[in-house]
Amino acid sequence: MGNHVLVIEDEPNIVEAIRFILMRDGWDVSTLSDGDRAEDTIRSCRPDVVILDVMLPGRSGLEILAALRADAATRSLPVLMLTAKGQGRDRAEAERIGASRFMSKPFSNTEILASVRALAGV
Amino acid sequence: MVPFNILVAVCLVYVGLLFLVAFLVERRAHARALPWLRSPQIYTLSLSIFCTAWTFYGAVGYAVRSGWEFMTIYLGPTLVFVGWWWVLRKLVRIGKTQRVTSIADLISSRYGKSNMLGVIVTVISVVAATPYIALQLQSVTLSFAVFASSAADGGPVPDKAATALWVAVGLALFTVLFGTRNLDSNERHLGVVTAIAVEAVVKLVALVAVGVFVVWGLAGGPADMMAKINASALSSWDLQPGRWAGLIFLSAAAVLCLPRMFQVMVVENVDERHLATASWAFPLYLFLMCLFVLPIAVAGLDLLPPGTNPDLFVLTLPLAQGQDGLAMLAFLGGFSSATSMVIVASIALATMVSNHIVMPLWLSLRPAQAVSGDVRRIVLLSRRLAIGGIVALGYAYFHLSGGSAALAAIGLISFVGAAQILPAMLGGIFWRGATRMGAVCGLLTGAGIWVYSLYLPSFGPDGVISARLIAGGPWGIGWLRPQALFGVEGMDPLIHAMFWSLVLNATAFFTGSILTFPGPVERVQGAAFVNVFDGEVPAGGWVRGAATAEDLLILSQRILGGDGALAFFEAEARMQGKAGPLPDPTPGFVGALERRLSGSVGAATAHAMIAQTVGGAAVSVEDLMAVANETAQIMEYSAKLEAQSEELTRTARQLQQVNEKLTRLSVQKDSFLSQISHELRTPMTSIRAFSEILMEGDMPPAMARRHATIIHDEAIRLTRLLDDLLNLSVLENAGVQLTLGLVSLQDMIDRALVAAAQTRPERSFTVHRDPASEALYVTTDADRLTQVFINLISNARKYCAAPEPELRIAVRQRGGRVMVDVIDNGRGIPEDSQALIFEKFARLTDETRAGGAGLGLAICREVMTALGGSIAYLPGQGGTAFRVTFPLRLQEVA
Repeated sequence: MGNHVLVIEDEPNIVEAIRFILMRDGWDVSTLSDGDRAEDTIRSCRPDVVILDVMLPGRSGLEILAALRADAATRSLPVLMLTAKGQGRDRAEAERIGASRFMSKPFSNTEILASVRALAGV
Repeated sequence: MVPFNILVAVCLVYVGLLFLVAFLVERRAHARALPWLRSPQIYTLSLSIFCTAWTFYGAVGYAVRSGWEFMTIYLGPTLVFVGWWWVLRKLVRIGKTQRVTSIADLISSRYGKSNMLGVIVTVISVVAATPYIALQLQSVTLSFAVFASSAADGGPVPDKAATALWVAVGLALFTVLFGTRNLDSNERHLGVVTAIAVEAVVKLVALVAVGVFVVWGLAGGPADMMAKINASALSSWDLQPGRWAGLIFLSAAAVLCLPRMFQVMVVENVDERHLATASWAFPLYLFLMCLFVLPIAVAGLDLLPPGTNPDLFVLTLPLAQGQDGLAMLAFLGGFSSATSMVIVASIALATMVSNHIVMPLWLSLRPAQAVSGDVRRIVLLSRRLAIGGIVALGYAYFHLSGGSAALAAIGLISFVGAAQILPAMLGGIFWRGATRMGAVCGLLTGAGIWVYSLYLPSFGPDGVISARLIAGGPWGIGWLRPQALFGVEGMDPLIHAMFWSLVLNATAFFTGSILTFPGPVERVQGAAFVNVFDGEVPAGGWVRGAATAEDLLILSQRILGGDGALAFFEAEARMQGKAGPLPDPTPGFVGALERRLSGSVGAATAHAMIAQTVGGAAVSVEDLMAVANETAQIMEYSAKLEAQSEELTRTARQLQQVNEKLTRLSVQKDSFLSQISHELRTPMTSIRAFSEILMEGDMPPAMARRHATIIHDEAIRLTRLLDDLLNLSVLENAGVQLTLGLVSLQDMIDRALVAAAQTRPERSFTVHRDPASEALYVTTDADRLTQVFINLISNARKYCAAPEPELRIAVRQRGGRVMVDVIDNGRGIPEDSQALIFEKFARLTDETRAGGAGLGLAICREVMTALGGSIAYLPGQGGTAFRVTFPLRLQEVA
């Protein structure tokens, strides 16, 4: 198993926090701030875990997830969904579409780290 | 001399005899025996109750006082019976077809079965009959007194009041026994009528006997008598043509309108053909009753001492001549006259009182009770009490008026009262246009004037109304004097009262009838009364005409429905003994059909439809008007229903709109909360993550500072968001406090540019302004307006993506309003998003985060509304363009 994490998130400070936490733990971190290029980026850089925000400029996180699950190559890719809306409806929707994990913002650093580790099978 | 006790005994025996006659007749009548009892002779004799004690005693007195004028009282009825028998025939026919029970019932029934009219006529009749009954009591009392005073050998001499009281009690008892032994649906009393006929014979025989005695016993035969009459002062009385005409008219009206005359003439009539006999026999009876009036009067004046009451000549003349037997007969004649009148009058009035006043009251007071055999008892009881009450009223009048007025004067007062019914009665049977309102107006007007100008003054000056009022009018208004209404003076009080009451009565009746329109029931009744001779079916009556049963069936099917009409026709055909659904269109069948149809479409419509189909009777304008009236009522009703259903629809629509609005609001609220949650959680996430990193310690100071800076920025972002939210909430709830002042527009724009420069300070904008146009002083809240400019300029700095960003600020002033346009050279806002930008959290793109929460434009809109202005997006300006409009001089809201 590799250690490449792709963070798709539009809020620069949050991206910086996640990157700091993961890189300190020894992960390779790539970042992306809009939804339109998400699928292409995933196909080209083949991350081991994707951290995907629900609310993104361009395509929403849920649309991207649905597209990933429809593609055989990415069907089993671990995806950790993040949302700031904190409503049960988003969680249910994300799980229905096939999110591997779902976390509400704000999250604790140990929690996100543990989730990434678990998803990567480490 | 006849001892007083014997006199009383004779009276009792006589009454007993009458009772026996009545009793036997009723028993035989039950067995359908004695056909002669239903003869025209009995009918004619029963009509003789027109001749009361007033005639028997009073006519002579009248002749002594006024000469030939007494004849007028008998000429009127004679003219009616001889010349107007067809009016009587119409009354009798209507009485039979409509089962009329009294004159009040006739009027009430004619005008749409109006109980109010029944009550009015009843009250008028009772009030009018009261003096008349008093008159009978008075005459009987006087006649008793004559015998008592002439009984020289003592014996009890009763006082007048006591005699009258006993007579009244006796009469009431007698009437109750006679008249209310049982109930007949037609209100016919064969026994009573026969007893009355017996009394009629007795009074005629008695008067003729006295007359014969006077002419052949006292004078020397007719020739001698004529000479004496010519020599007397009586024949030299002036004829007053006006008074004669008036009195003849009055007595003619009375014979039609007196309740007791209506009772014997119409209600008790068993065969219409009897009228033919009565039309000559009754005038003959009247003639015989009058024949000896003048001889008796002349003889009385000749032979009796001056000062003798001329009203009692019939009695005192034989007594003075020692003819006790004849005097006794005369007494019985007078007694018969009085009793027959009181009996019939109180029966007739009691019927009216019980049918039109007591029973409606009783029925309305006990609506839930079973109306069955119990009613009979109540009716009889109410009749008996009414008889007692009516006789008691007569006695009271006798007592109040002092029992002194001349008999004739009292009788005439009653006549005028009864005559008030004439316009409504004649109008009702000859004029279909007569209406209930007209009848009510006429009756009330006439009765009011009669009471005021004749009835109340009859109690004498200061009797009921004061002498001062009679002389000077109420409140000193001269033209309201009861005996000189409208300033007409010098008229005989009786003729005066009769003239005004009847003229105004008739006027009110006609006016009221013309101004109002009869209802459906009234219309049907009117037709039934006026056209009573037109056929055997009351409502119009159909001749066997051109209509075929098929036509009628088609008509009926439209109204009753196919099956209903067919069933009705088949049933009728079966009754005619025909197979199949088509009965012969006999008048009876057509009448039944009309009644059936009128249940569905109203009487007038049914009548008009049948009339058109049958073709036998023309559809009159009134029929069409009635149809229009009914249709109008139906249309009014359906319009009401329509309005109600429209209102329901409207209410439902409003509810739906409110519901939609609430749903929309609820969705908006959810979405708003979700947005706020997002906007709060995003900075929180950074703050939490970096503070956890910092908490671990052990990192280079530069990195720690960098993380702390992020925490700081995000905390500020949170604060700003909360400020915006609070600001917006205050603005939206109209709780905004404005601080108005005169400020320079240019200063505000300068301040806004400086403040907005903090947003993305790295970008440098070229700003285009026209200082000349900005040189304006504006009365407004400077801080709030500046805030709007800051928001707009900041937005431009945030979102304008042009490589060489430019900002143009243009100011214009027009008609007291100022417009400030803020335009950049960016891409502008897509057309489909322009409507959304002023909504909360309507941030269109997250491409360029500048810390805004998407509330800026929403706040701008609320501020501009508070400042009496507006903000709008200006499309087609090359870049993003907003126009802010506000008043040059904002007025303080009071």
